Amino acid sequence: MKTNVNEAIAFSEKRHLAVPEEILLSVEKPARYIGNEVNAALKDVNSVDVLFCMCFPDVYEIGMSHLGIQILYDMFNRREDVYCDRVYSPWPDMDRVMREHHIPLFGVESQLPIKKFDFLGITLQYEMCYTNVLQILDLSGIPIYAKDRTEEDPIVVGGGPCSYNPEPLAPFFDFFYMGEGETRYYEIMDLYKEMRAAKKSREEILHAIAKVPGMYVPAFYEVEYYDEEHPAPDPLLDNTIRSFKPIYDDIPKKIRKEIVKDMSDTYYPNHPIVPYIKATQDKVTLEIQRGCIRGCRFCQAGMIYRPVRERSLKFLKENALELLTSTGHEEITLSSLSSSDYSHLEELVNYLIDTYKDQGVNISLPSLRIDAFSLDVMSKVQDIRKSSVTFAPEAGTQRLRNVINKGLTEEDIINGSGQAFDAGWTRVKLYFMLGLPTETVDDMEGIPILCNKIAARYYEIPKEKRNGRVQIVASSSFFVPKPFTPFQWVPMCTKEEFLDRARIVRHKFGEMLNSKSMKYNWHEADLTVLEGVLARGDRRVADVIVKAYEKGCIFDAWSEYYKNEVWMEAFDKCGVSIDFYNTRERSTDELLPWDFIDTGVSKRFLIREWEKAQRAEVTFNCRKQCSGCGVGSFEGGICVERKN
Amino acid sequence: MNVRIKFAKYGSLVYIGHLDVMRFFQKAMRRAGIPISYTGGYSPHQIMSFAQPLGLGMSSEGEYVDIQVYDTFSTEESVRRLNEVMTDGMRVLDYRELPEKAKGGMSVIAAADYMLWIDGREKFSAQAKQLWEDFLNKPEILATKESKKGETTLDIKPHILESQMEEDRLYLRVSTGSAINIKPDLVFRTFCEAYPDQLEYPGNKLRIHRIDLYADDENGGFISLNDMGTVVLEGGRS
Repeated sequence: MKTNVNEAIAFSEKRHLAVPEEILLSVEKPARYIGNEVNAALKDVNSVDVLFCMCFPDVYEIGMSHLGIQILYDMFNRREDVYCDRVYSPWPDMDRVMREHHIPLFGVESQLPIKKFDFLGITLQYEMCYTNVLQILDLSGIPIYAKDRTEEDPIVVGGGPCSYNPEPLAPFFDFFYMGEGETRYYEIMDLYKEMRAAKKSREEILHAIAKVPGMYVPAFYEVEYYDEEHPAPDPLLDNTIRSFKPIYDDIPKKIRKEIVKDMSDTYYPNHPIVPYIKATQDKVTLEIQRGCIRGCRFCQAGMIYRPVRERSLKFLKENALELLTSTGHEEITLSSLSSSDYSHLEELVNYLIDTYKDQGVNISLPSLRIDAFSLDVMSKVQDIRKSSVTFAPEAGTQRLRNVINKGLTEEDIINGSGQAFDAGWTRVKLYFMLGLPTETVDDMEGIPILCNKIAARYYEIPKEKRNGRVQIVASSSFFVPKPFTPFQWVPMCTKEEFLDRARIVRHKFGEMLNSKSMKYNWHEADLTVLEGVLARGDRRVADVIVKAYEKGCIFDAWSEYYKNEVWMEAFDKCGVSIDFYNTRERSTDELLPWDFIDTGVSKRFLIREWEKAQRAEVTFNCRKQCSGCGVGSFEGGICVERKN
Repeated sequence: MNVRIKFAKYGSLVYIGHLDVMRFFQKAMRRAGIPISYTGGYSPHQIMSFAQPLGLGMSSEGEYVDIQVYDTFSTEESVRRLNEVMTDGMRVLDYRELPEKAKGGMSVIAAADYMLWIDGREKFSAQAKQLWEDFLNKPEILATKESKKGETTLDIKPHILESQMEEDRLYLRVSTGSAINIKPDLVFRTFCEAYPDQLEYPGNKLRIHRIDLYADDENGGFISLNDMGTVVLEGGRS
């Protein structure tokens, strides 16, 4: 028996952890809370001027899969005077013990209480994380309402797609960063450092930030509504916003989003953090382009991230090598809203396969259009017998696909699946939406009819050449109108209407000749209704979020934790009407809560698109023909390429 | 060629579970540029197998992973490369070539050495040493093991192979492996529960450190897994 223990190892001082050992060992996956991952920055908190904590308000494994945070984390930590740490939502088991033992929320690397940071940056990726934002603030000991914060509290900043309608969260944030983080954060750090050194107050600092392009300080903007005292000129506008204006003359009335003009001359996190526990995306991400040329009318990302900007092949090849070497990941994924539209896709994919396939590196290509090229690539990188091909027609008939401007035809789908079947695939997945504007029973029934045609195409293959039965899996989500899309004015379905539509689809599936080869799933309607209110809400919705949180709602995006009755009660108690936000038809004359934001895409264009949608007319993609959306004023990406 | 890597796991990495340690090493091999072999097929994976999993919360200086390589650096260079890509709490201690005929990989494990103590290196009670002797002298030591199938009772006396009680720590050698696997905390719990008036099980204040893992040797004794391999003085790669 050995008794000559290496005491330096056995009795090694553990890195100071904010949570005592016995608690860590009692919660699920303690590795969520210990930091110290591969490629983490791990700086000395005393050696910097600015402490920034970046937060993803969901569980660690999801937060660690997010590219945006990795970009900003890397960019901040390149500065010697800044230390960027990270924090994620403590899972309900940890949440409970932290409250029980009065342990304040901490950054995972420094283990320092969030309250000690200069900034807390929260990314808002989906509406269902809003109660988690309150959880983060509350566990940190930071007042939930920005107006109650003092000089001792961090400045709380929000960003990400949901900040394109920040209003339901406006009272909780000190400011929102509108647009892409790469452009203005250094300027804000410099400004903060200088003003702090000069002993300026929180108010003064926020005032200065409000003058930086792209920054929105909600407290400096005043909203007024039509009410009994100020009746609306038109009953359609009852209770809507009457005016929205800054309280100072020296801050902008409209806030214009920030974008990176040249995507090949900017920061890329090529030494991303590698978590110990398996993240949702356990791979390195290579963002090949930002924005999308398609202009699908339901898609917020397709509008707010305009114009499409590609990264150069050279940039991507160099970064792919660095990413794989620095992380040791065995998979690389190409990220974009529509990979097939990237001009050098074939060259890039072939390069990656030729270079890395022998090294056991897997290549994954989400959001690919199914055609001869993509099937050829897929057959090289995955096992045909185990994988499936995916389509997102979104609607069941060509008419409705024209309404939403989804440029995918029935012919594309049948031919694509046919080629896949001929190559050996037997599984097809399809994604649809129910509740789209102008949707009729024909459109709903069009979903099973389309699926049936795909199955029929499979059975055209001679029996001896088939690999058993075909499997068609169709899923539908319920449509939520989003700000800054041509559908931002449309009424959303009620929960009952959604479920009725799903039942019509399900019933029709049963009538199909190939029904035994087809499966149909639909999403939950409760969550969709809430998402609708949060997506198009205004400042009056904020109290409902607080109420729901106080009654125990967190992790609403996780159906096992979602408490619909509690939310409904919160709406009731706050006197906030769901119908006002969801099912009401908005006039295009209405001052919308998010109208003070300038995404570059003009309201004129959105109205034009909404009118074309009602006539089921399509609009060409940006590469084929400019549709004059207005984003050309940014002078970047495809808008510039077209001119040259 | 087969290689055995010995490593230590300690500090905050005691909170990382076995599956995550495996994933950590798979990525570390790539970062370090170790010429590890892969299986074929659509999803090739590294040829790699780990020794006896270490319980969550325990530290160790006697962890092992066997890998197959198609070429090698020297032991010194391999250890250096691996340690360059480790994080705080994970350290590679050795890298040795296994003899061709070495069979069974990790199935050969027969025993493990541990050190147990109480957090803060508190001293055990004054009677602990004498009670421990008394404990070992019992005709049988029945321990209750909880498993998925329910509780089972087992005589662990033959599996406490060696021990040494000191004032602030207990060294233990116990049977370990796929056939019979005695956990050190089970031994200590059984010990404390045998003398309820004098001893109290320290619960989550008990600290456990694995010192080494052993296989049976030809002479009826034990051989450290590390001693089964030989140092690579000069690799094919440099």
